[in-house]
Amino acid sequence: MDKPAILTVEKLRVSFDHNVILSDLSFTVSRGGTVAIIGPNGAGKTALFRSLIGSIPHKGSVTWAPGVRIGYVPQKLGIDRNLSVTLRDFLSFKRSILHLPELVIPEVLRYVHLGEDKLNVPLGGLSGGDLQRALVALALIGNPDVLLFDEPTAGVDLPGEERIYHTLHELQDRYGITLIFISHDLNLVYRYADTVICLNRSLVCFGSPEETLNEDVLDKLYGSKIHHHLHQHE
Amino acid sequence: MSLVAAASGLIGVFALTRRMTLAADAISHIALPGIGIALLLKIDPVIGAAVMLVAGAFVVWALEKKTKISTEAVIGILFTASLAIGSIIIPVEEDLLDALFGEAAIFNSLELALGIPLAIIIIFLVLKYKDKFTLSFISPDIARTSGLSVSKLDLLYLLLFVGTIVLGLKFLGALLMGSLIIVPAAVSRNIARSFSSDLLISLLVAVFSAFVGFVVAAHYGIATGPAIIMVAAGLFFVSVFFSE
Repeated sequence: MDKPAILTVEKLRVSFDHNVILSDLSFTVSRGGTVAIIGPNGAGKTALFRSLIGSIPHKGSVTWAPGVRIGYVPQKLGIDRNLSVTLRDFLSFKRSILHLPELVIPEVLRYVHLGEDKLNVPLGGLSGGDLQRALVALALIGNPDVLLFDEPTAGVDLPGEERIYHTLHELQDRYGITLIFISHDLNLVYRYADTVICLNRSLVCFGSPEETLNEDVLDKLYGSKIHHHLHQHE
Repeated sequence: MSLVAAASGLIGVFALTRRMTLAADAISHIALPGIGIALLLKIDPVIGAAVMLVAGAFVVWALEKKTKISTEAVIGILFTASLAIGSIIIPVEEDLLDALFGEAAIFNSLELALGIPLAIIIIFLVLKYKDKFTLSFISPDIARTSGLSVSKLDLLYLLLFVGTIVLGLKFLGALLMGSLIIVPAAVSRNIARSFSSDLLISLLVAVFSAFVGFVVAAHYGIATGPAIIMVAAGLFFVSVFFSE
């Protein structure tokens, strides 16, 4: 990898009470790269994300390149359905916190292909796919250098998911954003990631999807033989 | 009183967003031991309540920081224990009733001199930090990556919250003041279609309830606090019909 590192993780260890969630995790992410994090449920993927943004206590070191701006797209929002906050309010919160002009809102909506007619819809009234686009739009406010994208587990259909990955890929081509995403869909991983981190409480594999995702690794990750067929996307 | 109600209406909107409706109601109970101790020491009960509430805000903050599942249970136990301790150490039954439900009194000049600036400061800070509070209550992780200190915002909010309780304690008492914070915000949640209208409606409902409750209480010679909450609760039931 010739490009400079935007993130260096060394001997990361996360535990809750006496339960070890992640241990001895070390890897580097290059600037402009697309990194997929895969692993079974409970492998510590979201815990890894949350330790990368300093949300949960951890041991070891997480070092971002100086001045890096992070955009974080969580898996879901813990909100009540009748929350009065509209999409416009939601985007305006971050816009005003970062002291940015009004016009960034239509701009980020265009990036994620979300119509301005949705601006007055309360967050609880948005469909799963639209809410996810809204979260990506929010993360894009302030021109982040890196986007951490936690795949939603509910409320987004497959075509919707395809579209969002396509959008993220476009943004990356255009602005050189580093993308680190959690995914359950190996097809998406093959298609969009240049590096894959396989996680099962510790590092199982690290490298390009083509080189690292062999049957042994998938077996080690998911515990049963998964035969992945790439032909439909080649 | 309008200023107190305005502060309550505003602070309540964030309590609902923070999903601390029950904790919000319970937290006001911690004023009771403070009132009891103040009465025993023969000092102004509001001072005792204020000291206990600020201490309580720090306890809740520290507990929540630990992010243990049992936080709610601990808060529940802490505050019902406060209620029990308060009812034991408040010596005169009439004082206990006043502490629980408020009294039909007027603010003395010292209370006005302290209360009015405090109410204005609370309203000012809530409006100044409204965006930061809401983003960090909706998603602490997003707030963190937007450069906010979630923990400091939490503490600031809890302090503003207990500050508002202190303001209304004399009229509404420890049991009912939590309701003047939560009920108007719940009314507004049923009607409001945006964040700014949510803040405005909650504020207006709180001020209207306080005003009408006050007038009704004075006219019929009933207790002020319960009258105010009855008006607010009545508005809540009406608002249910407007809810989508």
